[in-house]
Amino acid sequence: MMQWLPEDVSPYGGSIDALFYFIYYITAAAFILVTALMIIFLYQYRRNDNRRAVYTHGHSGLELLWTIVPALVFIGLGLASKGIWEEVKLNVPETDVEIRITGKQFNWEVLYPGPDGEFETADDYQVDNDIHVPVGKPVRVFLGSKDVIHSLFMPHLRFKQDTLPGRFIEAWFQADKAGAYEAPCAELCGFGHSGMKGTLYVDTPEDYAAWYNKRWPPAETNGGDSSAAETTEEILASGAAMDDETMSEPEAEPAVTEEEAESPTEGAADSAAQEATE
Amino acid sequence: MSEAGAAAAHDAHAEHHELGFIRTYIFSTDHKMIGRQFLFASILMLIVGGLLAMMIRWELAWPETAVPFTSWISEPFMYPADEDSAVGAVEGLSEYVDPYPGANFAKSLGSVGGAHMDPAFYNSVFTMHATIMIFFVVMPFMVGGFGNYLIPLMIGAGDMAFPVLNMLSFWTAVPATIMIVYSFFVEGGAAAGGWTMYATLSADPTLSGVDTGADLWVISLLILGVSSLMGAINYITTVVNMRAPGMTWFRMPLVIWSLFVTAILLLLALPVLTAALGMLLFDRTMGTSFFMPGGGGEPILWQHLFWFFGHPEVYILVLPAMGVTSDILSTFSRKPIFGYKAMAFSMMALAFLSWIVWGHHMFVSGMNPVLGTAFMLTTMVIAVPSAIKTFNWLGTLWGGNIRFTSPMLFALGFVSNFVIGGLSGIYMASTPVDIFIHDTYFIVAHFHYVVAGIIFGMFAALYYWFPKIFGRMMNETLGKVHFALTYIFFNCAFFPMHFLGVGGHMRRIYNPLQYEFLHDMQWWNVFITMSAFCLGLSQLIFFVNFIWSLIAGKKADKNPWEANTLEWTAPSPPGHGNFETTPTVYRGPYEYSSPLVQEDWLPQDRKLGPEAVTASQ
Repeated sequence: MMQWLPEDVSPYGGSIDALFYFIYYITAAAFILVTALMIIFLYQYRRNDNRRAVYTHGHSGLELLWTIVPALVFIGLGLASKGIWEEVKLNVPETDVEIRITGKQFNWEVLYPGPDGEFETADDYQVDNDIHVPVGKPVRVFLGSKDVIHSLFMPHLRFKQDTLPGRFIEAWFQADKAGAYEAPCAELCGFGHSGMKGTLYVDTPEDYAAWYNKRWPPAETNGGDSSAAETTEEILASGAAMDDETMSEPEAEPAVTEEEAESPTEGAADSAAQEATE
Repeated sequence: MSEAGAAAAHDAHAEHHELGFIRTYIFSTDHKMIGRQFLFASILMLIVGGLLAMMIRWELAWPETAVPFTSWISEPFMYPADEDSAVGAVEGLSEYVDPYPGANFAKSLGSVGGAHMDPAFYNSVFTMHATIMIFFVVMPFMVGGFGNYLIPLMIGAGDMAFPVLNMLSFWTAVPATIMIVYSFFVEGGAAAGGWTMYATLSADPTLSGVDTGADLWVISLLILGVSSLMGAINYITTVVNMRAPGMTWFRMPLVIWSLFVTAILLLLALPVLTAALGMLLFDRTMGTSFFMPGGGGEPILWQHLFWFFGHPEVYILVLPAMGVTSDILSTFSRKPIFGYKAMAFSMMALAFLSWIVWGHHMFVSGMNPVLGTAFMLTTMVIAVPSAIKTFNWLGTLWGGNIRFTSPMLFALGFVSNFVIGGLSGIYMASTPVDIFIHDTYFIVAHFHYVVAGIIFGMFAALYYWFPKIFGRMMNETLGKVHFALTYIFFNCAFFPMHFLGVGGHMRRIYNPLQYEFLHDMQWWNVFITMSAFCLGLSQLIFFVNFIWSLIAGKKADKNPWEANTLEWTAPSPPGHGNFETTPTVYRGPYEYSSPLVQEDWLPQDRKLGPEAVTASQ
């Protein structure tokens, strides 16, 4: 069953998947136990008119056993889940990459704060459905909605969060492998719900810098405030190479398949992933 | 008490001769007729709900191709198929569909009166499939139908405590049912917000494009709530006040326990739904802002209210099936139920805990993540009574002398599905895992194993009590074939949905081929659809058997299954007032293979020398 799980490219997805597998083994064992007993009993105790059924109303010891054992298993599972949940949801790492994604029937409106690091300022950049993030860096995302409840789902990042009209929900994710990943809406949002999806472009440092510099040429940034400039420099420091080809490539084709996007940048992605884990 | 009961029964007998056709068959106050009315109404709605499911499945297997036999549905919902090809609503779609199995089959079948489904109509179809199956099939079948039929008979009463209220309960459900079906035919079509009707999509007609249809949905459920409330009050009063002499609480059959607990849940849960629906209706029609953030409302409030009702609702649906299963497993294992009190108390535990787990539907809703942890722990706890029930059912089978009748097979099918549905629930209970599988086909698989699995409980009940209700036996061979096909195709249809869910396949999508990451799994959709069609077709065997047996089935004895509970001491079918004389109960309901008697059953009302003394106390 589990081989259908999409490839995980996030730092925390491994622990979610491990828990998934753990539950899978527990439930598979319970299923096999119960089903096997059932089949054995049905065969062993099939109708036989020469025999009388055992006259018993129960067994306190056994009943206690199958109350306590499941209870312990469930409590253990609960505790294991609690730790991972907190790791994923509550411990938001420090980061300088921030974006705002707003659901609207039936697109994801992506807002980049630009060099000043502030939303709703003159240097913001807004685009539908193209989410560009650098590989191997935590991304803080503010999720909102203009109309109904949507849900940003990034299967390869084990990320899902509903977006609510009337507020912004803060969440984070990180992708450790460059590529283009689908980011569908997972909550019914109207007649166009099916097909509402964005693309998450996880860019290598070079690609990201290229994309970034195309949007905000470095000359302009120098005029901005110092903190924003620092942010930009930091991102650029991870290895900027300005090259017209890489600049235009990710945006031109929104429907890049995973394999296509992966192959040319695999080496870079791996090294970036390593950097991130260190 | 027993004299009064006998007198009442006598009066009822006398009355019988005076009742005309209308008072006997239409506006009847007899719990048995009302039970049958609910039964037939829900079977009709089962057909509607089932056909809607077939349309959903077609769309998912061969997206945007012509759906056969639907050209009679008018234009904004279904569009006529292209003249020259059945595939062609979307340019180049053929390329997508073609690589998958069954494409040619789909295309040729789609050319038979086929039409293309509008995505907005697709949303209406799955919304109404769920609404109808939950509120208009499972609830009226188990609670309305069998609840009504069984409660007085199994506790030894002549009728319900409030027969007129009982009649009103059914006749209140009728307009609700008509309204929900009629909502398909109004402008804009039926409600399309999912059966959960999350605000703000549901709260503002301009957002979903459905206006009157969704209003009708709300009003229909409001009315249905009144009907259920009347039923619940009646059931509770009847069980508390009208038990036959000797029928102590812990001599009640577990199916009565389950219906009693269900009635309490209904009584407490429905007001919450009513309040929420009222707010939603005000938001929709009068411009209030309970759920609209623009006016200071809170969309997530709807989810809290809905699931505060919605989770007890799940147990309202499943508890009666558990009760039925317990009774049938014990009867056909010829063995007392294993751990009777644990079974009764675990139902009460389920009912109580069902009030404090609703947040597990909302782990990724934007609710504070700390709350998620709390709800995860309560959800883990609620799994314990479910485990107890499963193991006690196994304990009942152990050492039995098992008769594989049709009701027994369906009861075993229910247990088997409940095990899968229960275990798959653990994945969702775990907050981190739920992040990924929430709103995917994994949850669709899970709740179909639990809620659609109830259909096994429903069939078990129907095959088991059919002789009592209609005075004729159903055909056993057809029953067994029906079971085998239903069981196989049910599992083929619903189990692979787990795989889709693991692959990230979202629920409520119209066309999975719009997503690259789902392409590899599309053949599972085809497989599921084929299985679902076979599952649907298998039900024809049931309908043939049901109708044939109604007309020409073998006449049933009083007690064809050699069972212990009181309804089997009444004639088949019982007349007005149920019992010739009010029964006295001497023992629990599951005294099978008792060493006290030669036969392997010992009815609750049979007086044995020494036991009779203790029983009369």
